[in-house]
Order: sequence, then C-alpha cells, then structure tokens
Amino acid sequence: MTPAIETTGLLKTFGKTYAVNGIDLAVDRGAVYGLLGPNGAGKTTTIRMLATLLKPDGGSARVLGHDVVKEAAQVRAKVSLTGQFASVDEDLTGHENLVLVARLLGFSWAAARARAKELLEAFELADAAKRQVRTFSGGMRRRLDIAASLVLTSELLFLDEPTTGLDPRSRNQVWDIVRAIASEGTTVLLTTQYLEEADKLANRLAVIDHGKLIAEGTSRELKRSVGGSTLHVHVAEADRRADAGVLLREIFGDDVHDGSDDGVLAVRVARDELVPRALAALTGAGVAVHEFSLAQPSLDDVFFALTGRPAENQTEEASA
Amino acid sequence: MSNGNLHQALSQEARPSRASALSASLTLGWRAVLKIKHVPFQLFDVTVFPIMMTVMFTYLFGGALAGSTEAYLQYLLPGIVVQTIVFLTVYTGVGLNTDITKGLFDRFRSLPIWQPAPIVGALLGDLMRYALAALVVMIVGLVLGFRPEAGPVGVILAIALMLVFASAVSWLWIIVGMLVRSPESVMTTSFLLLFPMTFISNIFVDPATMPDWLQTVVAFNPVTHLATASRGLMHGGVATGDVVWVLVASAIITAIFAPIAMRMYYRER
Repeated sequence: MTPAIETTGLLKTFGKTYAVNGIDLAVDRGAVYGLLGPNGAGKTTTIRMLATLLKPDGGSARVLGHDVVKEAAQVRAKVSLTGQFASVDEDLTGHENLVLVARLLGFSWAAARARAKELLEAFELADAAKRQVRTFSGGMRRRLDIAASLVLTSELLFLDEPTTGLDPRSRNQVWDIVRAIASEGTTVLLTTQYLEEADKLANRLAVIDHGKLIAEGTSRELKRSVGGSTLHVHVAEADRRADAGVLLREIFGDDVHDGSDDGVLAVRVARDELVPRALAALTGAGVAVHEFSLAQPSLDDVFFALTGRPAENQTEEASA
Repeated sequence: MSNGNLHQALSQEARPSRASALSASLTLGWRAVLKIKHVPFQLFDVTVFPIMMTVMFTYLFGGALAGSTEAYLQYLLPGIVVQTIVFLTVYTGVGLNTDITKGLFDRFRSLPIWQPAPIVGALLGDLMRYALAALVVMIVGLVLGFRPEAGPVGVILAIALMLVFASAVSWLWIIVGMLVRSPESVMTTSFLLLFPMTFISNIFVDPATMPDWLQTVVAFNPVTHLATASRGLMHGGVATGDVVWVLVASAIITAIFAPIAMRMYYRER
C-alpha cells in the first residue's frame, strides 16, 4: 500500500522567506502523525500544500498515492481539512453549516439533514443545533469544525492546530475525537505547538523549525536521542531563580535552561551523580525548592536540545 | 465524550456521487439566502443610505431642481436604485474576503467540488441581495409618490439591466477581495471608486449645467447610461442606445476582470 503522505524536498517561498525549506516526510497509513514546531515554523504551509490549497515552489508531494499538483482533484476527493481557524460560517446555525458541507459533497437534502443531525449528536452539539455559530464557545466551534470535516469518512484528515486556544476540558474532548477518528482507520496528520499534545496523540512526530525538518521519530526515540535524563527544579521564590540558575550552571555548565512553566529550571543531566551536589549547593545557598525531580526528558527538552532554545515563548510570527 | 454515537457517526460508509457544478453553486447560493435570513440587518444597512438620499434630495433640492418634489422624484428614483445596487457590489468582495480570512474559503476549496462554485455561488447570492435591495428602495419610492409610467414590466426590465451591470462590477470586487488583507480594506478601497462613479453621473442632476470636461466624464460613465436607460424603461420611451451601451460596458468589464479574478483564484492554491 502506498504511504499516506510522501514528500521530497518540499519547498514554498513567500517573497524571500523560505516558509518550507526542503521537507522530506513519510507518513504511514492508519497512524496519527504529529508535525510539531513553534509559530511560523512552516507547519500550516506544509499542510496547505498537502491539502492542495497552495502550490509547492519545489520538490514533490504525493498524498494517498496522488501528486498534489497534477492530481489535485483525486487528492481532494480523499482527504479533508480542518484549518487553523474554525472554518465554519458564523452567521449560520450549527445544523445549517453541516447541511451545507453535506450538500456540497453530493448528499440529497434529506440525507444531508439526517447526516447533520447524526454528527451534531455525536459531537454533543445537538442542543446548539439551531443556534448561530457566533454564539458558540471556542470548544463547540472547534467540534463543529471537525464534524464538518467528517461528513464523509476520509482516508486522511488534516488537523491544523486543533486545540490552540481551547480550555483544558475542550482540549480533552478534541483529543478523544482524534483518537476515535484514528481508531476508525483514518490517517490523521495534526500540527501542534504543544509538546504535550504531540506526545499524547501522535504515534510518530516530525519536529519542524524554520521550514526545515530537524528530527523525526516516535516520541520515545526523540527523547532517547537527547540522552540522559532531565532535572527539574522549581524554585519557591521567584527572585531566587536567577541565583539558582547561577549555582546550577556552576555544576552542569550550559545544559541549564528555563523550563516551560514559570519558576522552573530544566537541566540536562549527563551524569546522575551530579544531582545530589546540585541539591546540596541550592540548600547551602538558602534557595528554597518547591519541587526537585529527575525524569526522562520531555519533548520540551527535546526541542531545546535540537534548536538550542525553549519551545515556548517563541516570537509571534504570523504563520502563513 | 466516550459515546457510541461518535464511533457510529465516524463509520459512515455511504459515499454519494459528486455534486454537480450547478448543485454546488446553488448550495452556496442557498448559504447567501440563509445569511440574509439570519442577518437581515445587512440589507437594512445598505438600503438606509439610498433611502436617506432619496428623502433628502427630493425634499431639499427637488423643488429647486425640477420645479416640484413630485417631478424630481420621478427623475431621481430610478437613479437611486442604480446607486443602491452599484454600491452593493462591494459586498461581493467583502464577503469573499471575510470567507478567506475566516478560513471558510479553504474549507470549500479543499472539498471535491467544481472549483469555481464558491465564486459562482457568491455571485448568485449577491444577485438576490441586489434584487431585494432594489425592491426595498422601490417600495419606499412608491410610498413617497414615485409613479413608473411603464408599469411593473418596465420596472422589472430596468432592475434586470441593473443586475447585469452589477454582476459585471462584482468581478472587480472579487479581485480586490482577494488582494487586500481585511474586509474593512475592501470597503475603504471601494469608496474611492464608488463615490465618484455614482456621483459623477446623471443620477442626481441633469449634467447640462456642469463644465464641459465634467460633462464628457459623465457621458462616458456607464452609470449615466444605466440611469438613463432605467428611467426610460420605468417611465416608457427608452433609448436603445443607452441599453446597448450598458450591455456592452458590462461585457467589457466582465471580459477584463472575470479572467483576472479566476486566474488569481486558481493561483491562490
């Protein structure tokens, strides 16, 4: 069977910017594949090319065995896309939005209405069916958006940052939906800037930065490639964090960086015997520590190891 | 959300055959009808201005310009309907731009449908909006004392001619809608063209007292011919020349802008 997605040297420029700069990707069927990277890394551009919405400037891409440029119509017939913004019509009701998509896909009026009703119930939106989408919460809107992509069961579903901006409960709901979709045999390609999300949902991951693929593998493989374990130190008083940083750097060198949570320092530990010395040094200097843990590296650490900067607090570039 | 419904809804196997080009376009036209139903204010929004103009011009200047307010209303109203519809064309661009910025356009384009359907559907919906707005302004005109001598048939023919011209102008806004960043910019751009286009015409006054150079501009403006033709159609005694001028102008505008718009639309992807 042909792979779900196969790209070679995929390239897209906007003016002088290389939004996607030679990406080789191979995604097997029936898996959840995660494209992970900060804002502006080229994730959305990649997805838009694969969904036939943008023409690549170089390289090639085949989706479910079809070339995205020469056989765009065949690709469109087999994939569906949930874009970065909830792409539903705010003026229409939830029910009308789904009927609209079903009609465009060739359903009769009666079948379109029945399908809309079925999806609204499955996505727990039945109560809001007759309300205009502009009154929906972010999570409801996102669920409707995903439902609109599933009017027909597609072989491949693109989900562009499905949980960006959602509260934790809505995010969990979306995760459940993604798992359900995958369990029905649909291949899912999702982009995310949340490492936790990629870790939880994706069987395999590609880490993208500045339009280039910088690592690929299962989350376990990526973590192993970092080597060693990670020490997390949560400093109790925020104003002592800098002191703690200095002390830790004396012991571990440059492997100390700011963690994703406030007040947390993350340290890549090459030799475990250094850890007790760190604890002793902090105690000796009177730096109170809330939490002190040694663990397998998280994807945060992977990202830091690969790019030399933390994954969060990226500059907010517009992701074209 | 661990309900059996979800899995059942996801294992839908029936695949209907592809929607025809006509069906896809009509479905997207239906969407425009729904938008008018849910947000009727959008019609109010665009008809209030022309109605205000009608009332203001008729009662402020009507007596001075045409001897009596009744006589001026007979002259002004067909032109006001023209102005209303020409102003409305910008909403084609605003709607398209809104769909692009909201990502809805990506959804439509990623579906296996006849690719121009989103544009054609939008134009179909716009035609209906133009017709509804024309109807509203006509009713207000009738209440104020407008009496079309050629009867309903003349009025319908005049509005049909306006719709032809408006669909041609809509192509220009489709281009603008794809070029600029926000729906607001479409509006701003439009005023630069639509104000001169409708005011430097014979909609409000007979151009006989204007300076020569301005008369030349007015005589060349297709809106002038559309207004004259509409007056003729509504009151009887239409000049075929004006109707032909409007049809030819519409054909030329469409021939220039429609291919550019469609090329840009395809290049987007």
